[in-house]
Amino acid sequence: MIRANVELRIRRQDTPGSAPYWQVFNAPVRERDNVISVLMQLRQQPVTADGQRVDPVAFEHNCMEEVCGACAMLINGLPRPSCSALIDELDHPIVLEPLPKFPVVRDLIVDRSRMSEHLQRVKAWIRIDGAWEIHERTQRQSQQAWARNYLYSRCMSCGCCMAACPQFGPDKAFVGPAPLAQVRLMNAHPTGRYDSAERLHAIMAEGGLTDCGNAQNCVRVCPKEIPLTTAIGELGRQTTLQMLKDLFGA
Amino acid sequence: MSAGRTVIVVGGGLGGLWATLTIAEAGHRVLLFSLFEVMRSHSVCAQGGINAVLDAKGQHDSVEQHIVDTIKGGSYLANQPPIKSLCEGAPGLIRTFERLGVTFSRTPEGLLDQRLFGGVKKKRTCFAGASTGQQLLYGVDQQVRRLQADGRVEKHEWWEFLSLVKDADGTCRGIVAMDLRSQELQAFRADAVVLATGGLGQIYAPKTTCSTNSTGAAASRVFQQGARFANAEFFQFHPTAMLGEDKTRLMSEAARGEGGRVWVPRDPADHREPGRIPESARFYFLEDWYPAYGNTVPRDIASRAIWKVTREFGLGIGGGDRVYLDLTHLDSAFVSTRLGAILSIYRKFAGVDPLDTPMEIFPAAHYAMGGLWVDFERDERSGGVKQDSPRNHATNIAGLYACGECDYAYHGANRLGANSLLSASYSGRVAGESVAAYLQGLGAGSQDLPAEPFDREVRRQAQINARFAGAHGDQNPYRLHDALGALMTAKVGVVRDNGSLDAAIAELAELEQRFERLDLGERSGWANQSLAHARQVFDMVKLAQVMAASARARDECRGAHYKPAFDLQIPEGKYAGDPEYEAYRARWKAANTRWLKTTTAEYATDGPRIGFEDVDLSLLAPEEPRDYR
Repeated sequence: MIRANVELRIRRQDTPGSAPYWQVFNAPVRERDNVISVLMQLRQQPVTADGQRVDPVAFEHNCMEEVCGACAMLINGLPRPSCSALIDELDHPIVLEPLPKFPVVRDLIVDRSRMSEHLQRVKAWIRIDGAWEIHERTQRQSQQAWARNYLYSRCMSCGCCMAACPQFGPDKAFVGPAPLAQVRLMNAHPTGRYDSAERLHAIMAEGGLTDCGNAQNCVRVCPKEIPLTTAIGELGRQTTLQMLKDLFGA
Repeated sequence: MSAGRTVIVVGGGLGGLWATLTIAEAGHRVLLFSLFEVMRSHSVCAQGGINAVLDAKGQHDSVEQHIVDTIKGGSYLANQPPIKSLCEGAPGLIRTFERLGVTFSRTPEGLLDQRLFGGVKKKRTCFAGASTGQQLLYGVDQQVRRLQADGRVEKHEWWEFLSLVKDADGTCRGIVAMDLRSQELQAFRADAVVLATGGLGQIYAPKTTCSTNSTGAAASRVFQQGARFANAEFFQFHPTAMLGEDKTRLMSEAARGEGGRVWVPRDPADHREPGRIPESARFYFLEDWYPAYGNTVPRDIASRAIWKVTREFGLGIGGGDRVYLDLTHLDSAFVSTRLGAILSIYRKFAGVDPLDTPMEIFPAAHYAMGGLWVDFERDERSGGVKQDSPRNHATNIAGLYACGECDYAYHGANRLGANSLLSASYSGRVAGESVAAYLQGLGAGSQDLPAEPFDREVRRQAQINARFAGAHGDQNPYRLHDALGALMTAKVGVVRDNGSLDAAIAELAELEQRFERLDLGERSGWANQSLAHARQVFDMVKLAQVMAASARARDECRGAHYKPAFDLQIPEGKYAGDPEYEAYRARWKAANTRWLKTTTAEYATDGPRIGFEDVDLSLLAPEEPRDYR
């Protein structure tokens, strides 16, 4: 089943504090292989192109069908989930690097806990009394409204949009595109909108919406084609209205 | 809050997050452990939907029918009171999910839409596009994040559960876990522990729809510490998975529910493009063999039919292990709205658009009906389970609870589609309530215990790590995993016989021996994935031994467990009232007196001890064999 070998250039790093270095591998490739499936094969016999036996490359993966968000990395310079990056569709040699903007844990594993922190910062949840049964019918929602909201609810926090954003980074306060899109989603929910002022205030503060430089990288790299810039545009209008309300006490 | 205890929940999929939410809302502090960020759990992979009777489609659906379908779908092997409460709780659960912000798909009137799933004649399945599991998980994940912000939940992501800590009475008092980055081992005290660690499909890797973290290792570890395992031989093979070398990706049962048809060319030498094969040259074998349900027969039946048409009749496409799942006759706008997520998976990974060309699929390992044995308390008045009983979802180890796919409670011999998101969520909620009840009756907390049992367990785990890391052999852990998957797929798979099972048991023992000659291939003391993986694969082998031994012990066909040597064939063309059918029914009932029992397994160093115990049949007597013709 092995069809050919492919050259992989992988940026490695042993620990968070240590210096990165590069290694080149000639990895066997089968029909319809993707980056993760090649890395899985490679770890059974991690030998570099010049014959050196090295530690297996550390990487993250779980669902293998682009729905869990775990396996995002930089592939030929672009942030994307690696399970759906088919070898046949990539330029060779294939260059793999950890997702930028997030601290490296080891090799291709990064620490994306900032995404969760930022979701907390913007209160990306519906505030309910409790998750018990309250014996009340569900609220009606049009199919059109559903379709708009569903676009945003598929965000899997893979971090690609954050990695591509010139305004997001370890030393910057910007909350980033993915959490902003969740504000858009929560503010549209029939009860979620009760807390929209609080969420808008969170993104009107330092590191909020105005830090967006409108580079539009986020929407170009999102593997789920989530209209992140549309969300940011809508939030612009919402924050303007909120500012007026705050001024005039409406 | 002041009287709050500390509870550990292991696993952050739907079951674990529901348990977390329920326990935290009851006023206790929860430490939530996960191998990775909880929102990446395997629940996100469930596509098609979640069952709840809303009777919104003019079909006179009823909760009673949901109960009957679930009982019969599982070949009567599941205890019936928990099923009753599960089905009764489903509509309320859907409404709760909706309050959490889950984007369920709507009808033109703005109401919750419902679709058809297998093994059922009514539209009973709520869905959120074709990413229902993802949407449900995110709904609960957001609530847990809210509780985390309030300091009521403490997440320990990137930690691996290794073992329980028990006190002198054998009560569970905490866990030992390993930081997957620093490799540090640490004991955590808790007044109760909930295991919600999901399924074990990786035991069949790569021919599985399961995520790479669905190993079953955690369940195996508590089994090896004395927790009973039940119905391990019942493992579901999903009929419609994509072909793949790294993973066989799921094509949701919704594809059949929405009108997808399964077929093969009548002539295996017919090499025309599928679209050019006329109707007359196609064999729609499910519709032919099961006219009443057609393409929406339950999964075990569909998987075996595909097995039969390919392996026995040699009618697989091009003579191989593949059949068509065809959506091309359906309206493409309708299919795109209803099945968008799975279409995009197929396009991405097969490079072919299912709207133009039929998909090629084959059965793959999907879901463990079996799991950790858990208790329930029957409510004599309602016939369901008694609410807030501390016995519900309790394992046989005091203070240890299990919920979600890692328990065995609801699905008997075969799970119906869209009942898994339901049982995962519902059981998490019930386990949470049950833990809260248990804590009310608990005396001294774990904080008052001496350090000794915790320190001893940390030392034991450190020794195991040292043994795995220090071995100087020639056995690569990833190759051992491959060997396990190949062995289980070949010998403990869709079709079983005692000769192959005996061979499997012998080979599994040999596979366990190979760990003596392990070579991790890396010495790193930081984020050493080979060490974690090797330990998981070892525990998977221990669990595979339970599956093989349980399968060997059951000489019959029931649900997903199919041993043709012991098959009671339904007489062809005969129905209830016909003498031949009645004779069959009598044989089936006679077999039930021997085999309608829960298989139990207990750990012993020389191999699992298999036993049988009665099933609670208090709601529906087993009078009707399953019949989907």
